[in-house]
Amino acid sequence: MPEHNTGADWINVDFISVTMKNKKKTPTFEETAKAYLSNTQLRRNIGHATHTIREKRETVVGEMPDWEILREAGSQLKKRVMRHLDDYLLQLEASVQEAGGKVHWAGDAEEANRIIADLVKEQQAEEVVKVKSITTDEIGLNQALAGEGIRALETDLAELIVQLAEDEPSHILVPAIHKNRSEIRELFRKKLNQQELSDRPEDLAEAARLYLRKKFLNAKVGISGANFAVADTGTVAVVESEGNGRMCTTLPETLITVMGIEKIIPRWRDFEVFMQLLPRSSTAERMNPYNSFWTGVTEGDGPREFHLVLLDNGRTNVLADEVGRQTLNCIRCSACLNVCPVYERTGGHAYNSVYPGPIGAILTPQLRGLDDEGAASLPYASTLCGACYEVCPVKINIPEVLVHLRGKIVDRKKREGGLKTKTDPEHVGMRWMGRAFTKRSRYERAQKIARLGQKIFVRDGTISNLPGELSGWTAMRDLKPIPKQTFREWWGDRDE
Amino acid sequence: MSSAKDNILGSIRAALREVPAEEQPEDIEVPRDYRKQGEGGVIDIVERFAERVGEYKATVNRIHEEELKDTIAESCRGEGVEALAVPDGFPGEWLPDDLTLLQDKKDAPLSHRELDRSDGVITTCALGIAQTGTLVLDAGAGQGRRVLTLLPDYHLCIIWESQIVELVSEGFRYFEASVEQEGPPLTFISGPSATSDIELSRVEGVHGPRRLEVLIVSR
Repeated sequence: MPEHNTGADWINVDFISVTMKNKKKTPTFEETAKAYLSNTQLRRNIGHATHTIREKRETVVGEMPDWEILREAGSQLKKRVMRHLDDYLLQLEASVQEAGGKVHWAGDAEEANRIIADLVKEQQAEEVVKVKSITTDEIGLNQALAGEGIRALETDLAELIVQLAEDEPSHILVPAIHKNRSEIRELFRKKLNQQELSDRPEDLAEAARLYLRKKFLNAKVGISGANFAVADTGTVAVVESEGNGRMCTTLPETLITVMGIEKIIPRWRDFEVFMQLLPRSSTAERMNPYNSFWTGVTEGDGPREFHLVLLDNGRTNVLADEVGRQTLNCIRCSACLNVCPVYERTGGHAYNSVYPGPIGAILTPQLRGLDDEGAASLPYASTLCGACYEVCPVKINIPEVLVHLRGKIVDRKKREGGLKTKTDPEHVGMRWMGRAFTKRSRYERAQKIARLGQKIFVRDGTISNLPGELSGWTAMRDLKPIPKQTFREWWGDRDE
Repeated sequence: MSSAKDNILGSIRAALREVPAEEQPEDIEVPRDYRKQGEGGVIDIVERFAERVGEYKATVNRIHEEELKDTIAESCRGEGVEALAVPDGFPGEWLPDDLTLLQDKKDAPLSHRELDRSDGVITTCALGIAQTGTLVLDAGAGQGRRVLTLLPDYHLCIIWESQIVELVSEGFRYFEASVEQEGPPLTFISGPSATSDIELSRVEGVHGPRRLEVLIVSR
């Protein structure tokens, strides 16, 4: 064991129901977050990471006088895509085929995994190299391939760390951010058989380079996600820093790319919008080191076979919700994670999903459905402060969707709960409040009654301990007492 | 065709029932009044390009055309390059005489192993973007296949001053016609390969070339 505990090592939670279709019960955010909150090492690591990227992002975004126009353009382009997604998908299919690629359609995780496993087997490969792709994490591709006797090797440094540690990613952009250098050194010493290894990040990166270089050179099949795909030309883009993306998309003879159906952009030219928005929002750089754009296959350069797997896996459900639909605009930059006061304190694992943070809090419940109790707890993992909306490069109004989902969850409970829900104190309280708000006289009468009733509960100007059924409200938050004189009373009493 | 395809398209159409049938994608207005054309003069643009490439910890040299051959020889010596990979179509008159040159030819391509064992690669490029300090390679003459600039540990890239544009938008528009017609693979390179995966400390060089040197050449 390393000197420092990390959340992932010592909390034995049954993580992530791996495939979204497989409706395993996931723990709620509240249950998991409590344990992570008390892990000070984890909080230090995450706090350092989020603050560093947050500040850098502000600097590079501040350089851009046209940032707000770009955001609006990005948002509108995505809206255009979503409202005509069927046409764009058919267009993409045709253009990829014309460029020499093959297109596969997968309704859910199982179908996607089946398609990919069969393609790998066709090439008689026992090992495949992978570029970091959350979409493949979402469908549990690595486990599915392992079940078929195929080893999927993660090649992004952080993903490699996570994979070797048999851990789960905790951040969209820097998945191993919960581990510090000495933990990583221990891991590499053990798993890569590198006894004489220092804990300098340079040496750790070098160890990974040597280990993976051999793997790249021998790989027959590469698997990647896609940041964007251009409907008009069939061009697919992978945006990265380390060069492992270039390796995986260039060296193997067969390339399989898995992408969610929402990753489309209409035309090549639209990259001028998204390739300005993404790097600055994500790694907080003007441009990340490597961007690869390929259109089907090119003779004599790169893979001879290219397969594009188009994945639904719940996305069409998100599309069907007019408020929730904007969630599909997401370009996975992770800016919302870095500014979120909740994420900063709990880290990514508390969300029990491959999509953590504010975007995960709206995406996961929509993908998995609200009957998954863990997923349905996520819209409450927010203070609704709105910082995520402000930094979102494609203007997803995350607080709006959070509130919308909370509404759906409450409605659902009411519908399904029967008498038990009708007598639930929160529900009764809300109904009572609703009635009080319908008429001024009722409201004022209620205020007077409450003012009398609250007396014995007020301590030092706040109510922090309500009795019985009402204790649920004050368990998480203090309540301000009703003042001796309200503004309206004062207004009515004042001398003209 | 496949039923998954029909199902997905069916679900999408059901999900979008409220979208009016007569609505065209272009009816959703996209503001395009962000910066599309740079306003800087040539001298400023080249200066900014050099500065921003340098900020990524790449080595940047500004030279005159006549100094090319000597500078290339010097850089290779300085980097300890003995075996240099050279793409098809790279001008032979610039190449140093005292090195082992590994020529990549269309009918005789270098193997991945040969490239892996080489000490470096020299290429031209298709375009430079000053705003972000980005080099763009489009696999054209003198640039070669993508793998050439991937496996060697040192990449020496030559760019003419006249190839540098100011803005990212200009960069993408430059390739619009060729992508629509031929679709060559494009690689955008902004500094050497890097990672910040360990405690966010930046390490230059993971899988791609760990050292990038750019010669900005005036005529």
